[in-house]
Amino acid sequence: MIELPISLPGERHSTRTNRAGLPLDGQPDLSHGVLLYLEGVTVSFDGFKALSNLNLYINDGELRCIIGPNGAGKTTLMDVITGKTRPDKGTVFFGQTTNLLKLSEPEIVQIGIGRKFQKPTVFEQHTVVVNLELAMRGDKRVWSTLFARLSAEQRDRIDEILGIIGLREQAQRRAGALSHGQKQWLEIGMLLMQESRLLLVDEPVAGMTHQEMDRTAELLKSLAGKHSVVVVEHDMEFVRTIADQVTVLHQGSVLAEGRMAEIQNDPRVIEVYLGV
Amino acid sequence: MRRSIFPQDDRGSQITLGLLILSMLAVPILSLLFPEGHPLHLSTYTLTLLGKYLCYALLALAVDLVWGYLGILSLGHGAFFALGGYAMGMYLMRQIGDRGVYGNPLLPDFMVFLNWQELPWFWYGFDHFWWAALMIVLVPGVLAFVFGWLAFRSRVTGVYLSIITQALTYALMLAFFRNDMGFGGNNGLTDFKNILGFPVQADDTRMALFVASALALLLGYLLCLYVVNSRLGRVCIAIRDAEDRTRFIGYRVEHVKLWIFTFSAVLAGIAGALYVPQVGIINPGEFAPLNSIEIVIWVAVGGRGTLYGAVAGALLVNYAKTYFTAALPDAWLFALGGLFVLVTLLLPRGCVGLLRRQAASS
Repeated sequence: MIELPISLPGERHSTRTNRAGLPLDGQPDLSHGVLLYLEGVTVSFDGFKALSNLNLYINDGELRCIIGPNGAGKTTLMDVITGKTRPDKGTVFFGQTTNLLKLSEPEIVQIGIGRKFQKPTVFEQHTVVVNLELAMRGDKRVWSTLFARLSAEQRDRIDEILGIIGLREQAQRRAGALSHGQKQWLEIGMLLMQESRLLLVDEPVAGMTHQEMDRTAELLKSLAGKHSVVVVEHDMEFVRTIADQVTVLHQGSVLAEGRMAEIQNDPRVIEVYLGV
Repeated sequence: MRRSIFPQDDRGSQITLGLLILSMLAVPILSLLFPEGHPLHLSTYTLTLLGKYLCYALLALAVDLVWGYLGILSLGHGAFFALGGYAMGMYLMRQIGDRGVYGNPLLPDFMVFLNWQELPWFWYGFDHFWWAALMIVLVPGVLAFVFGWLAFRSRVTGVYLSIITQALTYALMLAFFRNDMGFGGNNGLTDFKNILGFPVQADDTRMALFVASALALLLGYLLCLYVVNSRLGRVCIAIRDAEDRTRFIGYRVEHVKLWIFTFSAVLAGIAGALYVPQVGIINPGEFAPLNSIEIVIWVAVGGRGTLYGAVAGALLVNYAKTYFTAALPDAWLFALGGLFVLVTLLLPRGCVGLLRRQAASS
């Protein structure tokens, strides 16, 4: 099968598209196998460059770890992808055609980018099941939400996710009563309910026991392939267990990129980060 | 995950709605069946007072929906209540016809007094009840929508939002105090004669107004219950507890706030409209910031975040107010202030929270 290397604007209009160029019903255009492009992204806060001319490419289905010392710009990077922070310069594309800089935060979620925050934030007053229900992909406009009912299929889906994150026993418990590790898993479960294509996971094992860490590693590895997973993590032990590809950030741009073994032996990396 | 309008554990709502229906039956019986002087007789004074409390309860419900469930502390809901009241008041003024002091068949007394020659355009249509009814819903609703659209879109939250709601009601109060606004200035609208052709002062009309207030509260309660138990209600609580997180799972927080705020304002407007014919007057004092703060106190005392808590709080505090302002008029404001401080410090979930804690421990 021959594919055109570049899709010209206006060429792939089988359906209506939104203002970012993504088909409303659609999947991102993955004709090059790359899910996320960040090119020349610069963000400055009061003169301080949190990100400077950053280039990053995430392939479809890969599991990428992003490491770097404090202040390297890891969280700002997440903020840019999810629309919380607008870059001063640069482009951010989801697939070939979707310009993320033109979308609002909820729109970015709707097209398939989900984020787990550093501090686990689940809805503490709601039960585990309700947390998952709220996150579920679907029409999230006000009136549809008012009259929404769970279909049998959706119930099965929730049950399936409960199994994946290992919280079936806790399904009817208040999320606020979960342990720290369980909250982290619930958050990952919420990303799965959203059917996010790209999972941005910020420090998933902070404050976890070793056992919990192992389970989390397994969970994240099992998700790669079907989803692209970007993990920001401090814990080098954990990164070693799961890493496929590692990107090292330093002072707002990419310092090194590659397999964990290569990265560990890179003298620049050792100097700024691993050596410390 | 089964969802019905009556979740099994919502005993409070079942009791509240039961009592409400009971009162709709019992109050007319007590006041009509038993003659005056009979120990079980209910005087028209008491009846009107009860009707007034029910209007306050509906208002408290409106505030609880935005504050207790959505986390928006509105210190300006008195404005929506007053606007609903003014819309009803304008209709009642038109019903006076030529029975005013000046006997002018075209203009209300205060306009004759100001030497106005013709009816201002915004008074057109208020000869008809249906128009007034439409305005009772529309005026508070549209104001809340525009206000909310501006405030929520700019992501004004927390104490800043509370301050601008307070400013809103204060600004409206100043505006309505002006004679040339055309709403009777300082004196407001009063001296009503008829409503839908029935004399406002008559016992039977009072009875009907009481039943109408109870019915409005009942319907308002059921609507709120539906909203609160829907997925949208869960989204509201999610917004209250973790607004950013809710945005990051794809809900348009601003839209949710806008619609719930508008719905709440409409409920407040309806409460105001039922209140005015029972107390016989509406004046700019209803816009006073203190009034709006009092509503918040009712909800806090009863227990925010539960619908029946708001209703109970409104009834409880207003009964206390009636009692204290008669028995110890000087002490009331101190009592109210003290009550709020006590509840905030000791009972963050209000009286309902206290009852629940006791039920849980026994």
